[in-house]
Amino acid sequence: MLNIKISKICLNVAVALILPAAISAQQADQAAAAKPNPHMESHIGDLTGHSEAGADLYYRYCWGCHGARGNGDGENAPWVTPTPRNFVTATFKCRSTPTGTLPLDSDIYDAMTRGFITTNMPSWAALTSQNRADLVAFIKTFSARWVTDKAGDPVTVPPEPALTLDSIKHGKTLFQKLECWKCHGPEGRGDGPSASTLTDSNDQPIKPYNFYTGYRFKCGTTNSDLYKIFMTGLDGTPMPSFADVVKPEEAWDLVHYLRTLQIWHKSPELTLWEGTPEGAAIVKAERVRNTYTGNPIRP
Amino acid sequence: MHIKHICTAALATLAASALAIAEPKPAGGTVSGKVTYEGTPAKMKPIDMSKEPSCAKMYSTPPLAETVVTGTGNSLENVVVYISAGAPDDPAPSTAAVFTQKGCRYIPHVLALQVNQEIKIANEDQTSHNIHPLPKLNREWNKSQPPGTPPITEKYDKSEIFPVKCNVHPWMHGNFAVLKNSHYAVTGDGGGFSLANLPPGKYTVTAWHEAYGEQTQDVTISGTETKTVNFVFKAKPY
Repeated sequence: MLNIKISKICLNVAVALILPAAISAQQADQAAAAKPNPHMESHIGDLTGHSEAGADLYYRYCWGCHGARGNGDGENAPWVTPTPRNFVTATFKCRSTPTGTLPLDSDIYDAMTRGFITTNMPSWAALTSQNRADLVAFIKTFSARWVTDKAGDPVTVPPEPALTLDSIKHGKTLFQKLECWKCHGPEGRGDGPSASTLTDSNDQPIKPYNFYTGYRFKCGTTNSDLYKIFMTGLDGTPMPSFADVVKPEEAWDLVHYLRTLQIWHKSPELTLWEGTPEGAAIVKAERVRNTYTGNPIRP
Repeated sequence: MHIKHICTAALATLAASALAIAEPKPAGGTVSGKVTYEGTPAKMKPIDMSKEPSCAKMYSTPPLAETVVTGTGNSLENVVVYISAGAPDDPAPSTAAVFTQKGCRYIPHVLALQVNQEIKIANEDQTSHNIHPLPKLNREWNKSQPPGTPPITEKYDKSEIFPVKCNVHPWMHGNFAVLKNSHYAVTGDGGGFSLANLPPGKYTVTAWHEAYGEQTQDVTISGTETKTVNFVFKAKPY
């Protein structure tokens, strides 16, 4: 009786001593060999997407470019530039979360809905919202990162301050100071000194945004989308995050100035800027110069 | 009673091993050696920094690219030598690894550090840089660092060696080697390295060079002996 009791205590103590070590080793192994979860959900507003439903849609609409295993090597991929997104690395351009973190489900949903202008990725707005939510869930089955990591905390976009001339002028100074022009060009035409050397993380050449075209941005159309672009950076591209070096009010100043570079795109910022002698002179000179060699833009 | 004896003995052993963990590491064996090359290494081209005058003026003659740096006696620099197998993972040291951008170059060119160790990235230039490490296993981020801004601190939670670049200045190129334990060295002029405090056991030593790849050698350490392991990389002329 005594023996049994002692042996039991002994066992308990021994287990207590051994167990922590065993667990930490197991955790380490799990972290090292984390596998993607084949059953994922997405949550976009009231919608809940299911990867099982998304799989059928993916193998109908997406795999031609993004590949059977989601690593961006589909049948069409060799003819597609920029190369199709690789869902295995789980690096996404358009996020509302800080650089280096996973996007929100709604970020992927919005990107899919919008499509990527100047690329081969069309808008999938023709699919039902449930379909798109299901596809988001399925995309998350390709990378173990959706198991090990959480999405980043979204960058807060403070309310846009009233547009003033000072704001535009300060934005112009920041454009110089932060050296945006090194890639985007002194007049925002995407022809800065570093522009021709830029490559994305797949080592493919990539062009900086040309404001002269007035095209919508890769990650949206509004001023707050533009704000988000330089606070989050476009991961996988040369566009870095400025979140640690730009104050929110400065970021808004920059937004206001950048709108004046879109000289064929009507905006309150452009109207205000053209109302000043300085702004009118610059915009006029840029329009006359008209040296842009890409797609012709009608005024 | 018999069981009780066994139990006591077992507990004593466990307690002893627990104590051993708590004690400072006993001085163990050492693996040391030299990294050299054979053949003709490619001539490094001078870097044209004319697009960044604030950096170009810091050099009287244009600096050379650092993809292959050789030293005296055919030694190969910037080689990461580390224990890739056999040693337990070490906790990250509390000191940060420092990576500096100066004269539009990375100092050091190859930064070796441990998993979860803090990296402090500083910009000492009069120009904006963006720091864009390109890991495959870790998370990829890309941050702008204008002149005069405080250092960026980051860390990586997975062991991996990967390039770091600045998109604004395409010649800027460096490497982060994120390693699991504290037994590592990066070779300098002379190519020598020494990995100390290795308890007796069987180890795999890996030498990694950004252009010439990776080599491994197995070594067995007993007691406090010093084993010599040399690595010879085949230089490619282009």
